[in-house]
Amino acid sequence: MTINTPTDAPLLQLEHLAFAYGQQQMCFDLVVQRGETLAILGASGSGKSTLLNLIGGFEQPHGGDIRVDGRSITSQLPAQRPMTTLFQEHNLFNHLTVAQNIAIGLAPNMRLNREQQAAQLQAAEQVGIAALLNRLPGELSGGQRQRVAIARCLARKQPILLLDEPFSALDPALRQEMLRLIQRLNKQHGITVLMITHSPEDALQIADTIAFIEQGKVALQSKVAILQQANIPDVLKRYLGA
Amino acid sequence: MLAISIILLLVGGSFTALINFSHTELDFSDILSDHYTRHVISFSFYQAGLSTLLSIALAIPLARAFSRREFMAKQFIIKLLNLTLVLPVIITVFGIVAVHGKNGWVNQFLAVFGIASEHYIYGLSGILMAHLFFNVPLATRILLQSLDAIPSESWRLASQLGLGSRHIFSTLEWPQFKQQLPTLASLIFMLCFTSFAIVMSLGGGPEYATLEVAIYQALKFDFDINQAVGLAVIQVSITLGLMVISALWLKPHPLGAPTGKYYRRPDHYSRRAKWLDMLTFAIAFALLAPPLLAIFSSGINAHSLTVLSSPALWQASGLSLQIAVISALLSLLLAIAILFTTRVLKVRMQANAIAYAIESIGAIILVVPALVLGTGLFLLLRPYVDVFAIAPWLVILVNALMALPYLLRVLSQPMQSSFAAYDKLAISLGLSRWQCWQFIDWPLLRQPIATGLGLACVLSLGDLSVIALFGSQEQQTLTLLLYRQLGSYQLEQAAVTAIFLLLLCAAIFYLFERLIGGKHDH
Repeated sequence: MTINTPTDAPLLQLEHLAFAYGQQQMCFDLVVQRGETLAILGASGSGKSTLLNLIGGFEQPHGGDIRVDGRSITSQLPAQRPMTTLFQEHNLFNHLTVAQNIAIGLAPNMRLNREQQAAQLQAAEQVGIAALLNRLPGELSGGQRQRVAIARCLARKQPILLLDEPFSALDPALRQEMLRLIQRLNKQHGITVLMITHSPEDALQIADTIAFIEQGKVALQSKVAILQQANIPDVLKRYLGA
Repeated sequence: MLAISIILLLVGGSFTALINFSHTELDFSDILSDHYTRHVISFSFYQAGLSTLLSIALAIPLARAFSRREFMAKQFIIKLLNLTLVLPVIITVFGIVAVHGKNGWVNQFLAVFGIASEHYIYGLSGILMAHLFFNVPLATRILLQSLDAIPSESWRLASQLGLGSRHIFSTLEWPQFKQQLPTLASLIFMLCFTSFAIVMSLGGGPEYATLEVAIYQALKFDFDINQAVGLAVIQVSITLGLMVISALWLKPHPLGAPTGKYYRRPDHYSRRAKWLDMLTFAIAFALLAPPLLAIFSSGINAHSLTVLSSPALWQASGLSLQIAVISALLSLLLAIAILFTTRVLKVRMQANAIAYAIESIGAIILVVPALVLGTGLFLLLRPYVDVFAIAPWLVILVNALMALPYLLRVLSQPMQSSFAAYDKLAISLGLSRWQCWQFIDWPLLRQPIATGLGLACVLSLGDLSVIALFGSQEQQTLTLLLYRQLGSYQLEQAAVTAIFLLLLCAAIFYLFERLIGGKHDH
C-alpha cells in the first residue's frame, strides 16, 4: 500500500504488471495522470490489447499491481473497477434497445429511478443519439452503435475510459467526428482516456501523451509532440518507418 | 417423387382401410362423451403437461450449470446426455424398475434402516420419472446449445457491467431460452403425450393410460376399430394443433457473430451460483445415474447363463436383427429418394418451400400413431394375404417410416451441400447419375449414411409399439421379450436381456460406422 493521498497519487499506475500470452512474456509499467489522454501505439501482436484487457480486468495478471488513486484494484472484477472499456465491436446487447442498453449500465434490472432516467437522457443527448432510443443496435450504423456505448460510459460517470481501437472500422470522416467527441468528453467531463490506435495522426489530434509498446513492454512514454520532432528515438522510427 | 407416393399411399391406404372398416359413421360426440375416453384424454394432457413442466424446470438450471462450470469430464457427460436419445425405452424402464421397484435399490437401502418398502413406481410417479429420464437430457442439451450461441463478447460486456446471475438470466439467457422453449416444450409434450412403452410398462393399469395406450387396448383386447380410429383422430388433431402453434411461435432474434475468443461468464465467481449448480448437478445425478448403473451392474447374475442359452433370446434376437436391418435399409432408400428430389428443388430451382413440404411429408409419422398405421395396413392387406404370416413385414414398414424423420435430418444437410458444391462441375464433366453417386455422393455421404443406418437400426431394435400388436410367443422381438419378462416380474432375467439388447445396439452402431463409414478423414 502507498501512503499517498488520492490527490497527489497518479490516477492510474501499473507496477511490473506481468502476463504471458503463449511464448510472449509481458511486463508493463505505466503512469497516467488525471485528465490525461494517452494514445497507445505499437505493432500488431506487441501486447496493446492485452495491456488494456489487464487494466479493464478481462485478463488476470500473473504478478504486479494496478492502482487507481493509489489503491490497488488488481483483485477487483471488471465491473467493480472505476473504468469502462470500449471495444471495436460487441459493446451492445443486440436484442436490447438503445435505451435499454444504456439503462443496463445504470441498473442491471433496467428499472431506472427518476434521477437515472435523467442521466440516461442527458448522456444520449451529449453524444447525439437521443432520437434513436427506441431502436435496436442492428438498425444503427457502426458509428451510432459506438455512440450508444459511449453514452453508457457517460451515464455511468466513471473516471477512466479505455478505448480498444473502437473507431478503426469507421469511415475517415466518421472517425474524425468520433475523435472530436472523445476529445470533448475529455475536456468537459475530465474523463481520463487510454486509447489504442494504429494511426499517429489520431494520436497527434487528441492525445497529450503516447505510450509505445514493444514486445510486451512499455518501451517509451512521452509527450505526444515527440512524434513531430526531428530526432525521433530509434524504437519509434522503426515503427513509423520514417 | 416415388418415395413420397409410397409414403402417402401407405398412410392414406391405412387410414382408408380403418375408416372403411368402421362401418358406422364415426361419431365423435359419442366417443368424447364416453367416461373412460375423457379420463384418458385428460390424463394424457395431465401427465404430459407435468412431465414437460418438470423436465424444463430441471433442464434450465442444469443447462445454466453446464454453461457456468468448466470441469474435466464435461464434454464426456454432455455426450452421455445425447445417448439417452437413442437408448431403447424399454431398457430404461428396466433400469428404473431395478432402482425404484419393490425390491429395487431404494427400497433395499431403506430396509437397512427398518423402513418398510413401498410401492411408488407404478402409476404417475413412475411415468414421470421415466419421462424425466429421457426429456431432461434432451431439454438440457437443446438449452445448452442456445446458451452456447450467446457470443462470448456478451459475457465480456456482462462482466464489464457487473451483471449478477439473476440479471444475466433476465437479459441474456431468458431471451435465448424464450426462443427455444415453445418448440422444445411442444416437442417434449408431444413425446410424452404419445408415450407408449413407458406408460404401458409403468402405468400399472387402465387408470394411468395415454391415448396411445388406449388405442392399443382398443385394438388388441377389444378389437374395437371404431374406438381406435376415433381416439387416433383425436390424438392426431391435438398433436397437429401443437405443431402448428409451435411453428407460428418461431421468430429469429438478433445475435452478434462471435469472434471466437473465450471469455468466462461473470457469474462463474458467485458463491451462491456455485452452490446452486452443485445442487442441480446432484439432483440430475440422482435422477439419471442410478438407472443407467443398474442396467450395467445387474446384467451379470445367477440367471445370466440360463437366459443367454435360452432359445427364446436367440430367436428374438434373430427376428429383431432382421426387422432392424431391413427396415433401416428401407428407410435409407426412402430418405435418399426424397433428398435426391428435394436437393434438386433447393439448389437448382430455388424452390425451398416445395422442398420443405416434401421433407415434412417424410416426417409424417411424428403425428400419426404407429399403432394406427400398423393396424390400418393390417386391415388393408387382410383380404389379400395371410396377415399374420406377413406381420414382421408390417413391423418393418412401420419401423422404416418411424426412422425416416431421423434419417432425413441426418442426411439432409450433407446431401444438399455435396450437391450445391459439385452439381455444376458434374454437369460440365458430363458425369452420369451413377458416376455422380460413385465419385461424389458416396465418398462424401458414407459417414452420415453409416450414422443414419445405425440410428435407424437402434430405433427399430428398441421399438415396442407395432410388434406388441402382432407379436406372439413364436414371433417376438427382444423388446417384446423384455417387456414380458418385466411384466411377469422376472427381473433377473430381464436384467440379462436388457444388457444384451444394449450391447447389440452398440455393436450394430459400431459395425455400421466401421463397415460403411470408412475412414474418418476426407
